Amino acid sequence: MTVNILCFILFLVGLYGLITRRNLVKIVISLSIMEFSLFIFLELVGYIDGGIAPIITGQDANAVYVDPLPQAMILTAIVIGLATTAMLMAIAIRLYRKYKTFDIREIKNLKG
Amino acid sequence: MELTLSILLGFMIIGALFSLHAKDLLSAVIACGIVGYSLVICFLLLRAPDLAIVQIVVETITLIIMVAVVLNSTREELKVKIDTRQIINISLALLFIVVLFFFFIQATDMLNPFGEHTLRMASAYVGETAAKTGSANLVTGIVFDFRGYDTLGEATVLFTAALGVLTILRLKGKK
Repeated sequence: MTVNILCFILFLVGLYGLITRRNLVKIVISLSIMEFSLFIFLELVGYIDGGIAPIITGQDANAVYVDPLPQAMILTAIVIGLATTAMLMAIAIRLYRKYKTFDIREIKNLKG
Repeated sequence: MELTLSILLGFMIIGALFSLHAKDLLSAVIACGIVGYSLVICFLLLRAPDLAIVQIVVETITLIIMVAVVLNSTREELKVKIDTRQIINISLALLFIVVLFFFFIQATDMLNPFGEHTLRMASAYVGETAAKTGSANLVTGIVFDFRGYDTLGEATVLFTAALGVLTILRLKGKK
């Protein structure tokens, strides 16, 4: 239970940064922190005490493996996280070249 | 095991807080790297070597991209003045945190305690992967065989993101 709560606190730190920071780079950092906490939470759910990594060696027929399904899902999520981060950083550098600042208050052309 | 993970998670929280409050953007980015690389150690402790390898590669690429962006623009953090809007934002964040924490406690009540997970869906995979796919690594068998369409979609997302980055960063656009 302690690890679950600590993991959720990490998520909340990311959420806090997302709401209160005004710098585009720091917003991207907060998003990736939230991603990391989700990965580790899913991995904690699938862990079994005394389990071994899900690779079949054939030496021990009764071996207990940790759950391989969350690991497969997280593998997909990590790669997609890389794609979104690269995309966000590209947008950030493009906005910096146009407005000469990372401050989201100064970037006003998108205001409705 | 639980104690080791708690200590690592504590480090990750401290790194994240430092990263959000750093005055220099370069040190903020590198403090974000602390969180990512601690995640690698957590994956190794939780018996997920595939994830640890992928996370090391992905975290290194992310750090390189972020450092390149920061070095090509500005390293200075904005001056944060405490005005009414900032106070509204902070109180909104605290409100969100309290509400979400309540729902988190409710939601994780029905989870098994840490380390006592029972295989449900994955038991079929564990029994049949070696015979059906010929792969000794269960994660590889699931990602590339049982859930191959998922991986196809992931490759599509990656390709689309690469195209998007190229389009955004192209210097000469049509006026």
